[in-house]
Amino acid sequence: MSRNTLKSRTRTRPLSRRRFLQTIASAGAITALDWQGLPAFANTPQARPGMIEGNHFELAIESVPVNITGHQRISTAINGSTPGPTLRWREGDTITASVTNRLKVPTSIHWHGMRIPTGMDGVPGLSFPGIAPGQTFVYSFPVLQNGTYWYHSHSGFQEQTGLIGAIIIDRKEKDPIEFDREYVILLSDWSDSNPQTIYSNLKQDSDYYNYHRPSLASFLSEAKQKGFGSTLSERLMWARMNMSPGDIADVTGATYTFLINGQAPNTNWTGLFQSGERIRLRFINGSSMTFFDIRIPGLPMTVVQSDGNDVEPVTVDEFRIGLAETYDVIVQPKEDSAYTIFAQTEDRSGYARGTLATREGMIAPVPAMDPRPTRTMMDMGMDMSKMARMSGMSGMKMAGMDMSSMPGMKKDSKADMQGMDMSSMQGMKMDGHDMPDKKMQNNAGLGMMPGMKMGSRDGKTPFPQPGPSTMPIIPDAATSATNMNSANSTPVKMHPGPKVAMVATSTSGQLSNPGAGLDNNGRRVLTYSDLRARYRGVDQRPPNREIELHLTGNMERFIWGFNGQTYPNADPINLKLGERVRIILINDTMMEHPIHLHGLWSELENGHGEFNPYKHTIIVKPAERVSYLVSADTPGEWAYHCHLLFHMTSGMFRKVVVS
Amino acid sequence: MKNAIKLLRITAFILFVAAFNQHANAQATPPDAPDTGPTPAITQPMKSMPEMENHVFLHAMLDQFEGRTNTQSTAFRWDGEAWTGTDMNRLWIKSEGTIDKGSMSDGDHEALYDRPIPHMRYFDAQAGLRADLDSGPTRLWAAFGIEGLSPYSFEIAPTLYISDGGHIGGRIEGSKDLLITQRLILQPQAELNFYSKDDPGRKLGSGLSDLDSGLRLRYEINRKFAPYIGYVYTGEYGDTATYTRQSGEPTSSSTFVFGLRLWR
Repeated sequence: MSRNTLKSRTRTRPLSRRRFLQTIASAGAITALDWQGLPAFANTPQARPGMIEGNHFELAIESVPVNITGHQRISTAINGSTPGPTLRWREGDTITASVTNRLKVPTSIHWHGMRIPTGMDGVPGLSFPGIAPGQTFVYSFPVLQNGTYWYHSHSGFQEQTGLIGAIIIDRKEKDPIEFDREYVILLSDWSDSNPQTIYSNLKQDSDYYNYHRPSLASFLSEAKQKGFGSTLSERLMWARMNMSPGDIADVTGATYTFLINGQAPNTNWTGLFQSGERIRLRFINGSSMTFFDIRIPGLPMTVVQSDGNDVEPVTVDEFRIGLAETYDVIVQPKEDSAYTIFAQTEDRSGYARGTLATREGMIAPVPAMDPRPTRTMMDMGMDMSKMARMSGMSGMKMAGMDMSSMPGMKKDSKADMQGMDMSSMQGMKMDGHDMPDKKMQNNAGLGMMPGMKMGSRDGKTPFPQPGPSTMPIIPDAATSATNMNSANSTPVKMHPGPKVAMVATSTSGQLSNPGAGLDNNGRRVLTYSDLRARYRGVDQRPPNREIELHLTGNMERFIWGFNGQTYPNADPINLKLGERVRIILINDTMMEHPIHLHGLWSELENGHGEFNPYKHTIIVKPAERVSYLVSADTPGEWAYHCHLLFHMTSGMFRKVVVS
Repeated sequence: MKNAIKLLRITAFILFVAAFNQHANAQATPPDAPDTGPTPAITQPMKSMPEMENHVFLHAMLDQFEGRTNTQSTAFRWDGEAWTGTDMNRLWIKSEGTIDKGSMSDGDHEALYDRPIPHMRYFDAQAGLRADLDSGPTRLWAAFGIEGLSPYSFEIAPTLYISDGGHIGGRIEGSKDLLITQRLILQPQAELNFYSKDDPGRKLGSGLSDLDSGLRLRYEINRKFAPYIGYVYTGEYGDTATYTRQSGEPTSSSTFVFGLRLWR
């Protein structure tokens, strides 16, 4: 309990965070590694994020000059640093954070992934008024979960200018993940341009930052590989639709420098270790517009947590981290040497880079970036018959064409339930296919905690994060019978128009597809179907209804939305407190969208049944159909949006009301 | 000699604008010049909105800003447009004109309300006014047009005009960007004008009156600053050509052009 009386105290990170001193020799090496011929300049050291722990935090938001690329710019800093300090909390504590706005414009802090009362969620205009210039707002909430999270501004484009920071929440019980040392790896994308300029440029020309458009030069090199005829027919097919297979990212390395903990590739953030140690790396994608593909050449990574929730360890060489997602991995370097943390962007227009080393100043080679992926007709949701005629479609990902063919299915009959479509899933549940197991669990749970029964769950909200001691909530027969009958969703009819450039005619589950540019690269790459929760999900009730949402957009106009509607024109999504819904997302665009639901968990239906992973942000690939379950256990108004900053701003945003 | 001086003047003007446009610390290497200048006007989000789809943008595009020169003469021409507004409601200003031997011709300026056409992906409807303001007599027109991107990425803008004198005019503009590399872009462009009746005051004849077509090769130092060179063919037809012949001028010309494509 003494913890609760702790005042905020600053301490240094577990490891020395002294800046990597550039010797002449290493500076030379770095120059050689610079991308796009940028001159190597002596980078002014940025204020480095420290770590603050305790249960009361004083945070001041102000404009601070930074120099990332050789030009001085203004960032939005927290307590003088950008990214802001890492906040270390403890599960079970009640946190207060008094946030003072020293900017000339309103600000806010949103605690990403936190299950907290709506008024503390920090979305101006939705759950609170925002923090006016000169004012202090005191956030206060109980911490009901543990894991790696982050915080960021939900006002204007402040997130893009640096108002981000990591949150580590230590768990009440002993952490089952063993490690000797830990580091936060907070990825971000920095531009010297004003974010309003970026947004404005995209509105005028959505290809503004795309220097990989189809050209005569690329035609000739492609024709050499694939043949003139097929290259031409493919080009014409894309051209007819006014689209381009080179559309991977809207904002690219043409303006971005990619950072690890605020450090540019040439300043090379370094974390020290002693060989043989188990190091826990807490990866957070705090960027505004960038998907990163992460690997540490020479070091396999064991993924142990996703979005703050434990998953069964899975060892991979590489994983993609969507915007706002977090992944905790364990690495155990045995050699007394250096390893490069290499985070290349999905469009391969740049990379963030850091180093794990046994001594300051050690560096490891930086690998060359992988080939740039291209979109395929499949990403456009073209139907199969048309696709078959296309040649040269090497990028096609056929795995998981529908939900029932997911890999989890074969391994585990229990897993079948979640992955199948609604009607069959519930039918099987009622057949008792899955029941005996759960009944036992149920009885045990009831015996110990009678209050866990369905009827009393309102008093127990929000439901706890799955953990070793959480008891599942099991539906009683009567409720699930009603649920089953009422389960339905009304498919949304989409029409092309100014806000909808295309409607995918063929969508599929792609959970075992690692993503564009990551298939068949010779490495073991994490996929969503690899994520199996370590602990059984809390709410075992089947959903009582389905909500189908299309992710839509018109790339040319740079308008994005759900179901063809932009936020200001759209009705909120209403959920009844206590109900359990299935949200089905269908991506009608040719880009990935990381979809984030505030305040509630998103249980990804990836074929692991009761062990489906709990997430707060879910990537939906082009022409993909993804479903997840949501227990509406916390009342309030919640934001629901694409975490690509400029997609959110241009309309891919909804209000979810739980009442 | 006179022509040479004029050419120098135009060049100096172009360079001045170029220097003005390029920020002091802009580097040629990163494609996106670091932006220290004023940022595009975006209104503050509504206080009650968590985000701000209804931003107001302001953009200006000077597609042609060029000297046209051949052995006979040198002229200066501009063709640009600017718009301000949201995704769904915009005000457009378009302006074009030619300055040749101290007189301005083909001066045509439009103010249009622009809105995306429902159920169409890439086309906007535009309606407003056109004023022919140059060295000739002034004419006023009501303008109704569409503008957008056709399949295969052709920029197309047909417009219908009805004048205060009961004349009907028409114009079709089209262009396409052909990428040779990511920065070297060849742009064929054409503009055709039609009139229902002769307008002797402005020396315009009925039917197809004139064509302005060009092939420009630009290099995008960045998206907002692209110098170009090119070749332009202009021709006059029907009665318009007759009027021109009467005043002793040639009815068609081929010129070398050099200029800048600028955005804001």
